[in-house]
Amino acid sequence: MIEARSLTRRYGDTIAVDNLSFTVEPGKITGFLGPNGAGKTTTMRLILGLDRPSGGNVTVNGRPFSELAAPMREVGALLDARAVHGGRSAYNHLLCLAQASKLPKRRVDEVLALVGLSDVAGKRSKGFSLGMGQRLGIAAAMLGDPGILMFDEPVNGLDPEGILWIRSLMKSLAAEGRTVFVSSHLMSEMENTADHLIVIGRGKLISDCTIAEFIAGNSAQSVRVRTPNRGAMIGLAASVGCVARDDGDGSLIVQGLDAEQLGDLAFEHEIKLHELSPVTASLEQAFMDLTATSVDFRAGLPGGRAQGGPAEADREPAYAGKVA
Amino acid sequence: MATTTFESRTGGAHARRSSGGTGPVSGGRVGLVSTMRSEFTKIRSVRSTYWTLLVMIVLCVGMAALFSASHVSQVNGAPNAAARAAALSDARSAAVTESLIGLLIGQLVIAVLGVLTMTSEYSTGMIRTSLTSMPRRGTVYAAKAIVFGAVALAAGMITSFASFFTGQAVLAGVHANASLSDPGVLRAVVGAGLFLVVCGLLSYGIGAILRHSAGAIAAAIGLLFVSWSLSQFLPGPPSGWFGQADIDKWIPFNAGGAVWEHVSGVHMFSPWIGFAVFCSYAAAAIVAGLVLFVRRDA
Repeated sequence: MIEARSLTRRYGDTIAVDNLSFTVEPGKITGFLGPNGAGKTTTMRLILGLDRPSGGNVTVNGRPFSELAAPMREVGALLDARAVHGGRSAYNHLLCLAQASKLPKRRVDEVLALVGLSDVAGKRSKGFSLGMGQRLGIAAAMLGDPGILMFDEPVNGLDPEGILWIRSLMKSLAAEGRTVFVSSHLMSEMENTADHLIVIGRGKLISDCTIAEFIAGNSAQSVRVRTPNRGAMIGLAASVGCVARDDGDGSLIVQGLDAEQLGDLAFEHEIKLHELSPVTASLEQAFMDLTATSVDFRAGLPGGRAQGGPAEADREPAYAGKVA
Repeated sequence: MATTTFESRTGGAHARRSSGGTGPVSGGRVGLVSTMRSEFTKIRSVRSTYWTLLVMIVLCVGMAALFSASHVSQVNGAPNAAARAAALSDARSAAVTESLIGLLIGQLVIAVLGVLTMTSEYSTGMIRTSLTSMPRRGTVYAAKAIVFGAVALAAGMITSFASFFTGQAVLAGVHANASLSDPGVLRAVVGAGLFLVVCGLLSYGIGAILRHSAGAIAAAIGLLFVSWSLSQFLPGPPSGWFGQADIDKWIPFNAGGAVWEHVSGVHMFSPWIGFAVFCSYAAAAIVAGLVLFVRRDA
C-alpha cells in the first residue's frame, strides 16, 4: 500500500511532481503511465525517500519510507539496473544489501536462483548484459521478500524474452497478494500487464482508474461508413446528435453510435451503405490523446501533419457490405 | 479507508508466498550494526581497496628503505672520521622521521581510498540502492566512516610499523637505528598510523561534500599535499607579520605531521596539539559532509 497525498516536488522553477495524490493497492499491478519527463521516476524517488518532497507526503504501509523498520523487507525497488558497483560480484552486491536489511545469507542464493543468475554469482557485474543487470536489480528487489514492489520502466532495452519474463514475474507477484507498482511510457505495455492505471503528465494526475475503465472511457467507438448518399448520411448523423466527418478517402467516420445502431438508422432512412465497420481507437492512441497537452518535448512530423487520428486507428472490418 | 488499509495489509502478508524462498525472512529493525556489516562487505568486495592499500604500504616501506639507505651510504662514504661522525649523527637524529617519510605520499593514497569510499557510491549509482536498503542517512554515513576508519587504522598501523622497522633495519647497518623504547619513538610510529587514518577520514568528508571522485581527490590532494608544498615558498620568519612562522604550523600536513615529527621546531605545534588541529580539520570536513549527505537528493 502506497499512499501519496498532495505530493509535490520542484526543482528550481520546474515542477516535476505537482500536487499528486493516489493510492497503490495490494494484490494488483498498478501501472504508472506518462510520457517521458512526466515525473514518474521523480515520484518513485520521492516514495523511496531518495528525493525530498517540496510539499505533501507519501507513505508506505502507513509510514514514511525512511521510518520503516527494515525497508527492503517491505519495499523492493528497481529504479535503475545500473545502480550497482560494477566491480563487485553479483553475490557480494546482494550480500551487502542482505546484511543491511538483516536478512540471512541464504536469501542471496535464493534470489539468485529466482532470477537465474546463480551461475554468474561470482562474476563482477560490470560484465553483465543489460538483461542480466535487470535480473540482478530484480534479485535485489526480491531479497527481502517484500509486500510492495516498484519497478521503473523495467522492460526498457530488454529483448522479447526478457520482457515476457518480467511481465509474468509481475503477474505472479501480484497474484501472491503483493502490491506491484510499475512505471512505463508505453500504453501497450500496460495494456498487457496492469490492472489499474495511474496516468500523469507534467507531474499532474490525469487519470486514476482500472484498466477496464480506462478502456471503456477512452476507446470511444466510432464507425466508418461508405455510402453514395454522403449528404444524407451527414444530415442523419447530425439529426441524432452525432458528428460525421470526412475520412479523406471518401468514407465518413461517425462518432457516438455503434455499427448496429448506425446500420439500423441508415436502413430506416433508406440510405445505402457500402461499408459499415467499427473503428476502435487503440489505447495507445487514447493515452496519447490524454497526455497530448502535457508532453514536454514534441517532435513534429514532416509535412506538419498531426500524429495519430483515425488514419492510424485500428480498423476492424467486422461488418462491411451493403445493408439496405 | 482505515479498514481497507488494515485488511489489505494483513491480507497481503498472509496471502503472500515468498518467491524463490523457503520461508519468511528474519526480522528486526535495521540499524548501525547491520549497516556496518553491509559496509564492510562493500569495502572488502572490490579490488580497488586491496590495490590502494597495497600501494600505500609498498610506497611507504619502499621510501623508508630508500631514505634510510641514503643515510647509510652517507655514513659509509664519509671521507674522514669527522664527516663520518656528522653523518652518523644526522642518521641517528633522523632515524624515525626518515623511516616515516613515505607518509608524504602514503597520505595521498589513503586519501584516494577515503574519497572513493563515498564517491564510488555516486559514480556507480549504488547510492540509490544503498539508501533503499537503509534510508536513515546519518546511520549510513556513520557506518561507512567507522568501517573505513577501522580498515584505515589497520592499514595505517601496518604501514607505519612496517616502515619504521624497515628503516631501522637498514640503519642498523651503521648502528644508527632507533628503538621503539627510545623516548617519543612509539608515539611517533603510532601517531603516523593515526595520521593516515585521519587523512583518510578527512578525504571521506571531502568525498561526501563533492560527490565526484576526480574533484574530491584533487581537493584532498590540494589540502594535504599542495598546501604543504606551497608553504615551503612562504617567506621566512623575519620578513613580516604574516610570514611562514605564523602560517606554517596550521598547514594540515605540518599540523598532522607534528605527531610523527615530520617537522619540529619552535614555531610548530607540539605533537598532540598539532594532531588535534589536524583532527579538527577532518572533523569539519566530516560534519560538513554529513550535513550535505543527509540533506541532498541522492
